[in-house]
Amino acid sequence: MTTNTRVTAPAPARPSVPRPRRTPARAASVFLSTHPRTRLALLLSAPLFWLGIVYIVALVLLLVTAFWSVDSFTGDITTEFTLDNIIEVLTGSLYQTVTVRTVGVALAVTLIDVALALPIAFFMAKVATPRMRRVLLIMVLTPLWASYLVKAYAWRSVLSQDGILEWLVAPFGGETIGYGLPATIITLSYLWLPYVILPIYAGLERVPDSLLEASSDLGGRTWPTLRHVVFPLVLPAIIAGTIFSFSLSLGDYITVNIVGGASQMLGNLVYTNVGAANNLPLASAIALIPIVIIFGYLFLVRRTGALDNL
Amino acid sequence: MTQAQPAIRLTGLTKEFGAVTAVDHVDLEIAAGEFFSMLGPSGSGKTTVLRLIAGFEQPTGGVIELFGEDVTKRAPFDRDVNTVFQDYALFPHMSVLDNVAYGLRVRGLGKKERNERARRALASVRLEQMADRKPSQLSGGQRQRVALARATVVQPKVLLLDEPLGALDLKLREQMQVELKQIQRELGITFIFVTHDQEEALTLSDRIAVFNAGRIEQLGTPAELYERPVSRFVADFVGTSNLFDPEHSLALLEREGHHSLRPEKMTVSAEVQHGDGVRNAAGTVVEAIYLGSGVRLVVDLDAGPRVSVLEQNVRGRVHDDEHGDRVVVSWHDGDVVAVDGTAVGPQNPTPTASIGAMLPGTAG
Repeated sequence: MTTNTRVTAPAPARPSVPRPRRTPARAASVFLSTHPRTRLALLLSAPLFWLGIVYIVALVLLLVTAFWSVDSFTGDITTEFTLDNIIEVLTGSLYQTVTVRTVGVALAVTLIDVALALPIAFFMAKVATPRMRRVLLIMVLTPLWASYLVKAYAWRSVLSQDGILEWLVAPFGGETIGYGLPATIITLSYLWLPYVILPIYAGLERVPDSLLEASSDLGGRTWPTLRHVVFPLVLPAIIAGTIFSFSLSLGDYITVNIVGGASQMLGNLVYTNVGAANNLPLASAIALIPIVIIFGYLFLVRRTGALDNL
Repeated sequence: MTQAQPAIRLTGLTKEFGAVTAVDHVDLEIAAGEFFSMLGPSGSGKTTVLRLIAGFEQPTGGVIELFGEDVTKRAPFDRDVNTVFQDYALFPHMSVLDNVAYGLRVRGLGKKERNERARRALASVRLEQMADRKPSQLSGGQRQRVALARATVVQPKVLLLDEPLGALDLKLREQMQVELKQIQRELGITFIFVTHDQEEALTLSDRIAVFNAGRIEQLGTPAELYERPVSRFVADFVGTSNLFDPEHSLALLEREGHHSLRPEKMTVSAEVQHGDGVRNAAGTVVEAIYLGSGVRLVVDLDAGPRVSVLEQNVRGRVHDDEHGDRVVVSWHDGDVVAVDGTAVGPQNPTPTASIGAMLPGTAG
């Protein structure tokens, strides 16, 4: 509107703006901006190639291999369809025990991680100053820079008979928990915690402060506000975090080797069948177990409607 | 205006954010049942005062009393005031009905009872048929009304409204203004309304506090503020004014100090006008802006200042003044208001700067 009031003295000569030059790059841009299908094809061809060839085919191969068998004399793979591996995995007591144990470890790790991540993420997203938030974010991310193996061995040393834990609790008459499933759960919880904090933090950050204020304004104390407003809104983010910790734990075999004592998880069975036993079809059949479990979990999650808001 | 027991009494209210003093020793009494507006440019502290009353911020100093009760240290959920937020702050995962029933739910009311009351509140804003929708399926005006129903269903003693109409388009805003006024009359509770839109404040309020730099610059009824602004800032911010500095005041008005003269109090004609107290000044038309209801003329007076004159579109008048025409601007001496020139706000104090804001629909 200010132009209406501009007074009329002749406008001073303005420096001319150079016209864009016709270059080949510009011509290409013009072509792309008027051909949306070409644009889409260029955008998606590389990722689709990766997904299609490298990703899906590997999974399908795994699935197919599970229905083959190994010739016990030659050790060669026979590509004849058989359900033997699947039946063995489903009925063998070893596989049932290890599956239950693995799922139990994964559930425990997920529960611990969510319980630890929620308050940290809430503090980062809603309480901390921007400066503090950056510091915390770096602290959460820093462990990801260190090698997985180093971190697992660090826990092995912490939990050992002459480790820091023993030294800390000995004055109070305690002793280290040693190696075994609890040690595996602790170490895995430590390893996957950043993957749980980050999505929950991102989810909480998307909840506007005014919603928390509105709840408080309407009479909601801290707990009702968390339960009725914050929790439903960050549930998809929490579930995203649990998918990380749950699936990563299901497939792990290194940590349990390092701090698990004699305990075995599904990953160990896959490892021994591929390596020592040279039975790739059976290993594939075992590997299908966590895949089926994760699909079941995703299906349950979908049923609750938590993925609708993603 | 003030009764024995004011709904809100602020005493020496101060809020500092680090080195910035957002609210600077504000004293204020708001009567029960009053429609009270806090008007000011952004950053003037009006929203902070509202948030202090709601309890979202803790004051650095001073006391907030609600019907004689000191609530300064109380949490928001412990105060009998409710807020209608600028962005409405409706819970996106709840239905409209659940949103409105939320305040009753956290107070422990049974499902049947609270839904019934929420439905009644929704009916009062004519949205009962929207009860099962999600907020994202509503239009801006409907969300606004849901926010209003949600805040009023818990029967607050004071309702705080933080620029509630800011996000609505002009027609809807005018319609909601009428509705707000009606709802306030029906409920009979105190409304504290924060806005930067001076027209909205003038239309709705019983009284207005004009905020500038964390302080109340002037407190009064809309008519008092408009007819008798105490400072250049108020004269310029509430409505539009032609402001004259001491030099021009002496030359044109033959008065000492700063003065303000409203554009609609002046007329433009071809000849010098005569009469008791009538003054004239010759000038050249710079711009003639057709407004429909009238014409806004920007005139460069020969004596120096540029003034803006609002001519009503009345029958028989032909508005044919154009850029460059020589005219005589006339006004009545009694319409000139002496203002305090020292307190100049963040706005540009020259009359020409506010011409853009004079056009209807662009204010704010």
